[in-house]
Amino acid sequence: MTRRRIALAVAVLLLALFPLTGSAFYTELVTKVMILAIFALSLDLLVGYTGLVSFGHAAYYGVGAYVLGLMAPKYEAANLWLTLPVAIAVAGIAALAVGAFVVRVKGIYFIMVTLAFAQMFYFVFHDTAFGRGSDGISMNFKPTAAIGAFVPFDLANATHVYYFVFVLLALVFVFLRLLLRSTFGRALQGIRSNEHRMRSLGFPVYLYKLASFGIAGALAGLAGYLYALQFGFVNPELLSWHQSGNVLLMLILGGQGSLIGAVVGAFAFVAMEEIYSAVTTHWQLLLGATIIALVIFLPGGLASVAQRFQRKLIGGPPNE
Amino acid sequence: MSDALFTTQGLTRRFGGLTAVNDVAIALHRERLHAVLGPNGAGKTTLINLLSGDLPASSGRIFYKGGDISRLPPDRRSRLGIGRSYQKTNIFPAFSAFENCRLAAQSRAPRVFAIVSDALAQVPVCDAARRALDAAGLSARADMIASALSHGEQRQLEIAMVLATAPDVLLLDEPLAGMGAEEAQLMIELLRKLKTEHAILLVEHDMDAVFAVADTITVMVNGQVLESGPPAQIRASAAVRSAYLGDEAPG
Repeated sequence: MTRRRIALAVAVLLLALFPLTGSAFYTELVTKVMILAIFALSLDLLVGYTGLVSFGHAAYYGVGAYVLGLMAPKYEAANLWLTLPVAIAVAGIAALAVGAFVVRVKGIYFIMVTLAFAQMFYFVFHDTAFGRGSDGISMNFKPTAAIGAFVPFDLANATHVYYFVFVLLALVFVFLRLLLRSTFGRALQGIRSNEHRMRSLGFPVYLYKLASFGIAGALAGLAGYLYALQFGFVNPELLSWHQSGNVLLMLILGGQGSLIGAVVGAFAFVAMEEIYSAVTTHWQLLLGATIIALVIFLPGGLASVAQRFQRKLIGGPPNE
Repeated sequence: MSDALFTTQGLTRRFGGLTAVNDVAIALHRERLHAVLGPNGAGKTTLINLLSGDLPASSGRIFYKGGDISRLPPDRRSRLGIGRSYQKTNIFPAFSAFENCRLAAQSRAPRVFAIVSDALAQVPVCDAARRALDAAGLSARADMIASALSHGEQRQLEIAMVLATAPDVLLLDEPLAGMGAEEAQLMIELLRKLKTEHAILLVEHDMDAVFAVADTITVMVNGQVLESGPPAQIRASAAVRSAYLGDEAPG
C-alpha cells in the first residue's frame, strides 16, 4: 500500500512541476492528456467498477464540449463559472435520459444500444443546424474566469490552463476514490461482481446502474468542456464512435478496475500516438499491434505491472 | 399455533408444454421449519424461484404478512423480509467473506446519498455482518477471499449472507449440498437455532437432516404435491415410500 502511495505522490509531484520545463508544446500536450484522463476515469466508473461496458461514452464528452461552443457569445468571452456547471449538468442529464433505456439491458445488448444512442447524438450534431452542422463551432475567445472584478487565472495562458486541468483531474480522482469506498460505490462493485445476487439481497439494481451511468456522463461532460476550452473549437467528431472506441482502448491499455489504470492508459495512448506517428504515417497499425500484444500478454493492463508481485491476502472490493 | 406468515395458493409455473410446478399450496409459520422433499426434477428449485421472485408464476398467488406479493420482483421481496439462499453457491467470489456479508447487511441501510463517506465507518452495518458471520460459524474466516474458502465454508457464507439481511422468512435451497458429515451436522445445528427466530422453507435431499429439524414435510413429485404433513405421517406413508423413499426409509 505505502509503496503505491509513494509512487502516486511522485507522479503527482512530477505532473505539478512539469510546466517548469518551459516547453509550450509539451505543456499543451500533457494538458490534452490530463483531459483525456478525466474522460477515461469517467468511463472506468462504468466499465471497471459497475461492469457496464459502454461503447457510446463520447456522446456525453461531446455534449459537454458543445455546451461551451453553443453558450459562447460571438463577441465576448463566456464565463467559466457559468458555463462549466451547465456543461456538467447537461451531459449528466443526457446520460440519465439515455441510461433510463440502456441500463435495462445487459452484456452485448448494452454495448450495442449505447453505441446506437451515441450515433443518434452524433448525427444530431452532424446533420442538423442545432450544432451548426459538420463544420462545428469555432470560439473566438477563451472563457474568462472572472468573478466580478477579480480574475483568479487567465485561461488564455497555457500554463494557467495546465494547472486548472491538473486541479480538476486531482479533484475527479479523489472524488471517485471516495465514491468507490462509500456504500454507493461498494454496491456498484457488488453489481459488477454478481448482479443477480445483489438483486436477491434487496438492492434496486436498475437505480444503481442508472446513477452510475449519470455520474459517468456528467464527468465525461466535464472532460469535453475542458477540451473545448483548450482547443477553442468543437465538431461532431467528438461524439463519434472512434472517440468512444479510443477511450475504451485507454482503459484496456491502462487496466480497468483501477483508477490509476485509467490515467496511465490515457498517457500511454497519447504517448504511443505521438511516438508512432513520428515513425510512420501508418501509426495506427503500430498502435493496434501494441494493444493486441498487451491484451494477450498483460491482460490487466499497464497498471497491473506493479501489482503482479503483490500477493493479496486481505479481501475487500478491488480498490487502491 | 403461530399464524401463517407466508402462504401460496394454486402456485403454478409452466415452461411451454412442461408444467414444472402445479397448483402448489404451502404455508410457512414463525418458528416452524417446512421441508420440501422430492426426487430430482420434482420442481423444488422452481418452487423456491417462484417464492423468491426469481421466476414469475404462470398462475396462482403468494401472500406475505397478509399482502399479495405475487407480482413483486426479487429485490422488493427481499426488502420485505424474505431471504433466499441458493443451491449453486451464489456469492461474490473476489470479495472477502466479511465484505460479502457487509454488502448483504448494507441492503437494509443503503445510505445511497452518502457518496463520499467510507462504508467501513458504518458501524451498525459492519456489526450486523460480523454477527451473521458468527452465527454461521465463519468468524475465523472473515478476512479470507470467498473464492479461497472450502466448499463447506462457502455454503456457510451463503447462509451468513441471507442472515445478514435480517429476514423474517428463510427460503433455503439445499444448504447441505456437497457437505461432509461433520459440516452437515453443524449446519443442522444452525438450522435448529434459526428455527427459533424465523419461518423457514427448506428444500433438501439429505433425509437425516430433514427428519431432524422439520415440523412439516411436503413431498413433491413431477411438480405436484404428493403428500404434506408432520414427519411421522410422511415416514409412515406408503405412497411416499414407493414414489420417493424406496428402501431407504429413515428409522
